[in-house]
Amino acid sequence: MAISQVAIPEVAGTKSAQASAPHAVLGRKTAKKKRVIGIGGWILRIGLTVLFLFPILFMFVSSLKPDQQIFGDLSSIAAFLPIGNISMDNYAAVFDRVPAARFLVNSIGISAITVVAGILVNSLAAFALSRMRVRGKTVILTLIIATLIVPFETLALPLVWWVNQLPSFELTEFGFLFTKGWIDTYQVQIIPFIANAFSIYLFHQYFESIPKELDEAARMDGAGWFRIYRQVVMPLSGPAIATVAILTFLPAWNSYLWPLMVVQTEELRPVMVGVQYFFQLNVSWGEVMAYSTLITLPVVALFIAFQRSFVNSIASSGVKG
Amino acid sequence: MTSTIERPPAAPAAGGPARPRRPKRDRTSKTENVAGLAMLAPAVLLLALFIFVPAILAFGLAFTNARLISPYPAVFVGLDNFVRLFADAAFFRALLNVGYFAVVVVPLQAGLALVMAILVNKQVRGTTFFRTVYFLPVVTSMVVVSLLWLFMYRQDGLINVIIERVTMGMVTGPDWLNDTSTSMPAIILMSVWQGVGFHMIIWLSGLQTIPADLYEAADLDGVTAWQRFRYITWPGLSATRSLILVTITIQALSLFTQISVMTQGGPLNSTTTVVYEAVRSGFAQQETGYASAISLVFFVIVLLISVVQRFLSREKA
Repeated sequence: MAISQVAIPEVAGTKSAQASAPHAVLGRKTAKKKRVIGIGGWILRIGLTVLFLFPILFMFVSSLKPDQQIFGDLSSIAAFLPIGNISMDNYAAVFDRVPAARFLVNSIGISAITVVAGILVNSLAAFALSRMRVRGKTVILTLIIATLIVPFETLALPLVWWVNQLPSFELTEFGFLFTKGWIDTYQVQIIPFIANAFSIYLFHQYFESIPKELDEAARMDGAGWFRIYRQVVMPLSGPAIATVAILTFLPAWNSYLWPLMVVQTEELRPVMVGVQYFFQLNVSWGEVMAYSTLITLPVVALFIAFQRSFVNSIASSGVKG
Repeated sequence: MTSTIERPPAAPAAGGPARPRRPKRDRTSKTENVAGLAMLAPAVLLLALFIFVPAILAFGLAFTNARLISPYPAVFVGLDNFVRLFADAAFFRALLNVGYFAVVVVPLQAGLALVMAILVNKQVRGTTFFRTVYFLPVVTSMVVVSLLWLFMYRQDGLINVIIERVTMGMVTGPDWLNDTSTSMPAIILMSVWQGVGFHMIIWLSGLQTIPADLYEAADLDGVTAWQRFRYITWPGLSATRSLILVTITIQALSLFTQISVMTQGGPLNSTTTVVYEAVRSGFAQQETGYASAISLVFFVIVLLISVVQRFLSREKA
């Protein structure tokens, strides 16, 4: 309860400026109380900023220092400042220890394909469910929504067994060669994550808000369904596309449990699985922090650039309930 | 048939008025039906292949001795896996740990997230900055966050150095992750740090649905800040609240990455979890049948919790 008591006054403070006139009757005591609360809010804001920012700052700063200096700096503010023996040596060492470039390329490729294919496949399905008369549509939509309550972790183990049974083929010099099992491939890291019930749901919600008169007008002009999808509905769905892109990209980039189980070949691994390399033999924390910074940077850069979309996409995952 | 079902207003008035337009609609709807199914096909096929099939497999495999890679076909073994599961001390420890984690994390993370949402909902200078900073750990992958905290939690790491400095050397911090009494609290603290920004945003979108004129009316009545929270903000968040509880609980039960990176379930199983045990048996030991049994129990728990929480929040509303 202490938590809420700290919290409420902040809402109260919102209107303190306009409200002060009618409140004059209530006297000086309330005004003083409000000022104290306002100061409390700022202390809290800044305290939380330190709490969330400093560990990340520490990671970045440590990635620039040799191990000895990281530990030497711990007891002073220098732990958070890029001073002293600063260099990119840890980054160079990371590329020696781990095929980091390969991992980055893999992760970029896997995420990009998953995002693009996800947008296409899920929006097409949502379009059909929202705009067209299809046999059994209600049942399909209900089944799709029902899968939302299943966490991926409960399916992961049976899924490993299942993808190991699926037929696969590779292109050899003798033509197509059929093999059994998707273990140790790129496709096993991409295809199971393309269709997503929540993405379909989000697109469906958004498409419902686009007036149907628009496609009727397009139909009058002789446009086919695919053309309405491509030239009428999708161009109007920027925010939904951004949301789905972000909600697909984050888990694809951060994926760890799945590739840990289904990818053994080094050349096919994504970035997150690469962390294992740092705990064989002696651990160099400077290098660990450098690798961590390296695989976080792309996401943070995207986040800073598309902040509003990120926040909106997380907020929209709140409608799930 | 389909076209009439899909149009609720027209359907009940069967026959009569709908008749004249029928032939025309049937002609268009045949191609429409085919085109629509074609557009649905990729998504439906993929969902069937990678969600429905594994879900059914989880049920099937749990009653067999299937192994991940085996020259022999799986054999039906009845309830053997479940008998073994309920005699498995590590599994019970995992259930207990996950329960402990959820019971602490759910109120802690939901409460802190609400405080933060209220703080950044207020239009003051730098609101965007604060919101961005609080959200930063969320876009940082759990693997990276785990590595970072693994480093900070060392006996001679940043956290213990700070504890020592702040208490003037009077308190020596524990070896967080290697001590059975502090390992789980350490994981909890770090998980809340990473996840709280996510739920702040969800609370925030809930706060923004509460009409501003309710607060204005309350201001005119001169209510206290507590009353304002108690009678406007809190009831206005009822839908968001149940959603947040469900998502944090399920997220807590699915605990895996932190454990895998930081403790591997140790020391002495003090941080092992249900998903970690499933991966240990299903992947490391390749016992798919046994792992499916664990997954099935896990799924039933998740299902029960979301049903119970939905029921409770409906009662209140």
